[in-house]
Amino acid sequence: MSDGEQRHKRNPRGPMGGPMGMGAAEKPKEFKKTGKKLIQYSRVFVPSIIMAFAMAIGAAVLQILSPELLRNITNEIAKGVSPDGVNFFGAIDMSFVTTTAAILICFYAGFSALTFVQNWIMATVTQKMSKQMRSDISQKINRLPFSYFNKTSYGDVLSRVTNDVDTIGTTLNQSVSPLVGAVALFAGCLIMMFYTNWAMALTSVGASVLGFMLAAVIVLRSQKFFAAQQKDLGNINGHVEETYAGHNIVKIYNGSKGSKKAFEEINGRLYDSGWKSMFFTGLIMPLMMFISNFGYVAVCIVGAVLTMNGEIDYGAIVAFMLYVGFFSRSLSQFAQGASILQRTIAASERVFEFLEETELEDESGKARRLADVRGSVEFRNVRFGYTSDKVVINDFSAKVKAGQKIAIVGPTGAGKTTVVNLLMRFYELDAGEILLDGVPTSDVPRENVHEQFCMVLQDTWMFNGTIKENIIYSKQNVSDAEVVAACKAVGMDHFIQTLPDGYNTMMTDASSISEGQKQLLTIARAIIKDSPLLILDEATSSVDTRTERMVQRAMDALTVGRTSFIIAHRLSTIKNADVILVMRDGDVVESGTHAKLLEQRGFYAELYNSQFETAA
Amino acid sequence: MTNILRHLNSKDWALIGVCLVFIVIQVWFDLKLPEYMGTITRLVTTDGHSIEDVWQNGQYMLLCAFGSLATAVVVSYIASRIGASFAQRLRRMQFDKVDSFSMTEINRFSTASLITRSTNDVTQVQMLLMIGLQIIIKAPIITVWAILKISGRGFEWTLATVVAMIIIALVFVVVIILVIPKFRMMQTLTDNLNDVTRENLTGLPVVRAYNAEDYQEAKFEKANRDLTDTQLYTAHAMATMMPFILLLTNVLMLAIYWIGAILISGASAPESSALFADTIVFVSYAMQVMMAVLMIMMLFVMLPRAQVSARRISEVIDTEPSIKDGPVTKTDPAREGEIEFRNVSFKYPGAADYTLQDISFSVNKGETVAFIGSTGSGKSTLVNLVPRFYDTTEGTVLVGGVDVREYRLDSLYGRIGYIPQKSVLFSGTVSSNVAFGEREGGPAGEDDIRSAVRIAQGKDFVEEMDGAYEAEIVRGGTNVSGGQKQRLSIARAIYKNPEIYIFDDSFSALDYKTDRVLRTALKKETGGVTSMIVAQRIGTIMDADKIIVLDEGRVAGVGKHKELLRTCKVYKEIAASQLSEEELAI
Repeated sequence: MSDGEQRHKRNPRGPMGGPMGMGAAEKPKEFKKTGKKLIQYSRVFVPSIIMAFAMAIGAAVLQILSPELLRNITNEIAKGVSPDGVNFFGAIDMSFVTTTAAILICFYAGFSALTFVQNWIMATVTQKMSKQMRSDISQKINRLPFSYFNKTSYGDVLSRVTNDVDTIGTTLNQSVSPLVGAVALFAGCLIMMFYTNWAMALTSVGASVLGFMLAAVIVLRSQKFFAAQQKDLGNINGHVEETYAGHNIVKIYNGSKGSKKAFEEINGRLYDSGWKSMFFTGLIMPLMMFISNFGYVAVCIVGAVLTMNGEIDYGAIVAFMLYVGFFSRSLSQFAQGASILQRTIAASERVFEFLEETELEDESGKARRLADVRGSVEFRNVRFGYTSDKVVINDFSAKVKAGQKIAIVGPTGAGKTTVVNLLMRFYELDAGEILLDGVPTSDVPRENVHEQFCMVLQDTWMFNGTIKENIIYSKQNVSDAEVVAACKAVGMDHFIQTLPDGYNTMMTDASSISEGQKQLLTIARAIIKDSPLLILDEATSSVDTRTERMVQRAMDALTVGRTSFIIAHRLSTIKNADVILVMRDGDVVESGTHAKLLEQRGFYAELYNSQFETAA
Repeated sequence: MTNILRHLNSKDWALIGVCLVFIVIQVWFDLKLPEYMGTITRLVTTDGHSIEDVWQNGQYMLLCAFGSLATAVVVSYIASRIGASFAQRLRRMQFDKVDSFSMTEINRFSTASLITRSTNDVTQVQMLLMIGLQIIIKAPIITVWAILKISGRGFEWTLATVVAMIIIALVFVVVIILVIPKFRMMQTLTDNLNDVTRENLTGLPVVRAYNAEDYQEAKFEKANRDLTDTQLYTAHAMATMMPFILLLTNVLMLAIYWIGAILISGASAPESSALFADTIVFVSYAMQVMMAVLMIMMLFVMLPRAQVSARRISEVIDTEPSIKDGPVTKTDPAREGEIEFRNVSFKYPGAADYTLQDISFSVNKGETVAFIGSTGSGKSTLVNLVPRFYDTTEGTVLVGGVDVREYRLDSLYGRIGYIPQKSVLFSGTVSSNVAFGEREGGPAGEDDIRSAVRIAQGKDFVEEMDGAYEAEIVRGGTNVSGGQKQRLSIARAIYKNPEIYIFDDSFSALDYKTDRVLRTALKKETGGVTSMIVAQRIGTIMDADKIIVLDEGRVAGVGKHKELLRTCKVYKEIAASQLSEEELAI
């Protein structure tokens, strides 16, 4: 589940996904179903969205009406240019031109204002929705059972919080309301064009559709290059990841040459598929430009001919130049909007998939609480498996008195943390029960179980905050004196005082804090929590000997007066334990004291003695 | 950004020059097209012209449209070639550079970050270069040229266009001052949000044990709010700017018409027709200029992200590896397999204290030397100095009587079979993993692969795999267990037939029994090879020819198992923690 290893597993999506939304967009599995969910999810925003739609339609109407006014202005100006070459002064009614221009400015201003309000509403809606989604995902993380994270990498969850939500945020903004606007523009355009002149209208529609068919052929042909590029990007990612992660081995085995050769090969292929797909990406804009030019030319020629025949006025050409622009723009917005919408839905699908994962059981109905726990623990016929088809613990029973020390031993990978997971109720039992002071832990809420345990794990988890915040963590009403006392107990007080900001030093700035010192701080955190039971992993990550001694001393002090479950690495701990739980292949195979287990001559004895056999 | 552009070679620059020429031609076509429209306007508004005249000008217009498209195709072709080859080069440069890095540099960047730099960051730069070549060059050319054309025909029109340009420039300044910094900030805030989420995920057991879900969520909410606020700011800025620029464009168009009307009403016969044509042409120019300006605006939004990527790539390329090649490839055959440490001290870069201090010892050919000591005593660090993963801070390490720094690196590597604690497998087959890299004296046959796997105690499980020695190993070796990975990793070292084995705590993933059998087989089948073994378990090393006990980076004792039990306090302590009373009795 290492984050670093998993982060790059997923094929890269994003910047090279496709040209302006027209390339190989990711296809959602269930477009309609997810679309409905998205609407359901955004239902509080529906009134705002409908408002935005109304604005978009209004803006489109103003846009469609404006060429008609421009036509009038043009015709008025054209009066000043008489066909017979004689210009008579005052032929242009300037006051008419100025008035119409003023009305037109009002139209344009109205159009911009409506567009502005619509943009503003949609931007606000999408950002608020993105925020809500991120919050929901984050809260979901804390409501999912641990078992979920056994099958999902951190990188995957992270990518949903950022990449997918980001995609939804940006694409929703670019797809939904422009699509509505485009529909209005398309319909309005058709009406106005045929109202003005049917021959010109047919010319405009014909030219635009012809241009788009050409563009569609090219875009469809380019799909395979995008797929190839995506595949090559994935391959190069994989090769780079593998080589960098195995750097030492590649060097020592003189594998550099071979690895570079393989890299060059993939890099060459990526160059090939890369330039081809980028070439097509670069073509989209000129193509759009050409389509609009083509329409423009067609309108000019046909318009000029009709004007000379006296069938239309000159202003109609000017109006049609604008109409044909609007028309081709609405067509391209259909194409782009549809493909962008696919990306929105594909990203939403991943987000909803996560949000719909089965959560931990709701425990608000459990009224019973553990209080003033003394610390006796009983495992009663416990049966457990991480997956339903593979039971690892079969019918395990054991009794521990308050204040006793329990050592958990076994070879690496034997599942020593399983016991911790079950005690803390990180996982639910398949059968049997674990009792704290005679109360089954499943009878009380999980939080109430967690309250009874201090936990110090091998992984020295510290977060980005001050040293003090890290020690107090989520506990309320802790005085500074208590923090200092805890740090004194683990021998860290003096060191912390020497840091520039003392207890308020940020963990990120305190690069001088070693791994071992972090371990001491996690022990201090456990001291502050001061719960009646203790779970302790003795394994210390790479620390120097002196710190290790301090860590061990602090750990020993922590066990005093607490029922302690210790994942044991030191022989002294094992020998002094009241109960030893011997783990093998996930199961507790033996339990008892050191002397008793040695007598049994079972797995524990074998484990213990095998260390002495020589290779001779 | 400029820093990374120096990696463009002369051929690229030449191509960029060609690109420039074609862009100029394209702009010529784009500006020529409306002129024919002007001509048609004149034909329509004056008498005595035939439809053929219109048709002819229409053909010219079509030619211009095709010409513009054709040049755009050429530009896109060249730009995508330059972009892709530049990206290919940046990837290659980084890959080669990382290959030359020692662990010092790798750790400084972190593997994950190096991967992102070699892949995603390159893509970002490529995208910007591509779009930049098409837009950055074209936009100013079309703007200047169009304004020049307009200015030749009338002061009022020029004035209107220039005023519009000035307003746009002001909008630009406002955007650069107010909005661009927010775009830069967004990256940091996204990283921040990622960090908080990752923190929650990696600390899941702690978060739950401390019932700190609300605490974490409060932190997330803050990061989320910060990010959303910034995104809202930029989104609102864009929502404001776009309609404003559209309005400006429309007003400019109207202004041109209006000015046209005034000029025409004051002009005489042939002139008025030309002025009317100009009006139509200039409206089209004004639109093109505004489009260009919008494009530049989009580029500004893209720039911050690409800049970050460019800087990150440059950092990798400009880093000098701390480990350099030496000249030696041949050594005295009689001294092959000898290792000597002379007064070696080592300090990790940036660390305050020495990890190893004043270590001296020597090992003869064929001997087994073992290192033991508590975690952090420096045993792994010590063996890492032999293959030069790090260089000593003081003192010398000699292999075959030659200072390791004198060797040509591949020659030094060729002598060593190194097995790390965390085994590494590559995607491929069992065979390709065992026969990985280059072997002294060329590749060996299939029998050698089989025998290496057999010695490494991997025969049984490999032959049970689907396809046996040709069975697929997936990326990261996740389809075999930890112990199996370790055995294949040992087989790789055996196959290489080196002078020296380095086992860096390589037996920990094996159970005690396999550990013992494997070492017995290894001893029997590969006699004469020097071994350095780092171990945690006394049982693994007690039969070594020489055991070196390390304590806080210093040698606390040297000798055989029994001697050390008598003479070395540290060794005795370690032994006491692992062995029983009877076992300790000598």
